[in-house]
Amino acid sequence: MSAPSQDTAVRNNRITITFIYVTLIVFALFYLVPLFVMVANSLKPLSEITGGNMMALPKEWTIAPWLKAWSTAQIGVEPTGLKPYFINSIVMVVPAVVISSIIGAINGYVLTKWRFKGDTIIFGLMLFSCFIPFQIVLIPMAMVLGKLGLSGSVAGLILVHVVYGIGFSTLYYRNYYAAFPSELVRAAMIDGAGFFQIFWRIMLPVSGPITVVCVIWQFTNIWNDFLFGVSFGGQDQPMTAALNNLVQSSTGVKEYNVHFAGAILAALPTLLVYIVAGRYFVRGLMAGSVKG
Amino acid sequence: MSRTIEKPDFKTRLQNWLPKLVLSPSIATTALFVYGFILFTLYLSFTNSRMLPNYDWVGLKNYVRLWDLSHWWVSITNLGIFASLYIVICTVIGLTLAIFLDQKIRGEGVLRPLYLYPMALSFIVTGTAWKWILDPGIGLENTMHLWGWESFEFRWIKDRNFAIYTVVIAAVWQSSGFVMAMFLAGLRGIDNEILKAAQIDGASSWNLYRRIVVPMLRPAFLSSFVILSHLAIKSYDLIIALTGGGPGRSTELPATFMYSYTFTRNSMGVGAASAVIMLLTIAAIMVPYLYAETREKGS
Repeated sequence: MSAPSQDTAVRNNRITITFIYVTLIVFALFYLVPLFVMVANSLKPLSEITGGNMMALPKEWTIAPWLKAWSTAQIGVEPTGLKPYFINSIVMVVPAVVISSIIGAINGYVLTKWRFKGDTIIFGLMLFSCFIPFQIVLIPMAMVLGKLGLSGSVAGLILVHVVYGIGFSTLYYRNYYAAFPSELVRAAMIDGAGFFQIFWRIMLPVSGPITVVCVIWQFTNIWNDFLFGVSFGGQDQPMTAALNNLVQSSTGVKEYNVHFAGAILAALPTLLVYIVAGRYFVRGLMAGSVKG
Repeated sequence: MSRTIEKPDFKTRLQNWLPKLVLSPSIATTALFVYGFILFTLYLSFTNSRMLPNYDWVGLKNYVRLWDLSHWWVSITNLGIFASLYIVICTVIGLTLAIFLDQKIRGEGVLRPLYLYPMALSFIVTGTAWKWILDPGIGLENTMHLWGWESFEFRWIKDRNFAIYTVVIAAVWQSSGFVMAMFLAGLRGIDNEILKAAQIDGASSWNLYRRIVVPMLRPAFLSSFVILSHLAIKSYDLIIALTGGGPGRSTELPATFMYSYTFTRNSMGVGAASAVIMLLTIAAIMVPYLYAETREKGS
């Protein structure tokens, strides 16, 4: 009988089993507490936070902090709330994810089914670009964006994220297509199918799973990026940079409840993706590290 | 006649060139935006660029200055402390949780996503949450006092000597579930027969894990080490959100050092030099790893 879970062949006695369960549950609490604190305190009036217990549920439930974080909180100098920045992030993330995934798919296709001399080296060079510390490109990138007239714009951020997203998307599709039988591609070639025809008719229809993985990975990474956003965003900063502005602002009273509401707003899109497609998220993380 | 020969010839030639043509924009982009930019930053690190880049060659002056700065020494010492604790603790927690989860636990399907969801959050969100939880005034210390433990004290985040450890706590919270997932995948890939055979030979479960299972997880150890160390070296967002590099400079890391020297202290040359050091450190870890991985696959 092959259960989905491994038959570890270890016979555990009752004390061991109890110990295991207690450990697992304690860690589950460790991971959950910050989320609980954020949600509970975002629904309290400020007085309940400064004079109360962060682990307590609200006595007086309110969504005012959420409304404030969304539409009237002071971000930098403007009392705009996080809404415009949330929109910036969406406008930035969607094209960046789509473009980098399409390029990655085509690259993966070429690198596995149209191999040529030196293709492994090219792939290796692209792969290394996933792992560079982006500090090494900040200065020239700022200059190039300035020359292109794209500094401080969402368009500039899209360009940056596409450029540094290609490595990972290529990695995903390459490893995925490598497992696809090349005989089918060769047979199609003999039948006279061209380069793009094979891609459209044969490769793309089987690319569903890896596309989900790739899109989720790119979405999470680009949505969560802070360094590029804060360096090149200018007035059009993404959500992460705006949240940081909100939380670090030194003027006035610290409105913890508004900060928590803002943090959840910033986390919401990636959390939703994680809840809906968690399985693929895990697979993406693994493929990004252990190789496919 | 000549047309019929020429036409397939052209078509074949096109077919031969098309793949490379399609790949070429990516190659050009990588060459320019990755390697070109690296070379440019390397060049800047040998110039006396201040607020803006300039091209006055000063040799190794910036590197000499960099290694003379106490600010830089604080940053790399912090990186050493942070990276080693972060890697070790994540690995221990990840391995423990993976082995425990692998004991045919009821509710694995509920627990696993709970361990992993922090990885979906941005470090800015993580930093914001932990900043207030670790804050003595409204966070854990206050909670313990209200629950009756009056003498409880936890003010690491306000303490120059301990603030770096709060960064470790938040970073471990975010990444340890991911390490768990890697080890769990490794455990599920081990052949049951080996375990059964060992058990028939009378190995205790402790010995079974110590002698057989854990050594077989070598690839997972390697991958998580590589991923975690590269995350540690790149850590920037978490510092900004959690401590802002403070109190004082006590939680500065190379990434925050680079940013402030380049963009706020008008010492671009020194900033570039620090970025080069960061790149070299990551390359020393990643290049052998990627080389081994791609070679293995190619053969």
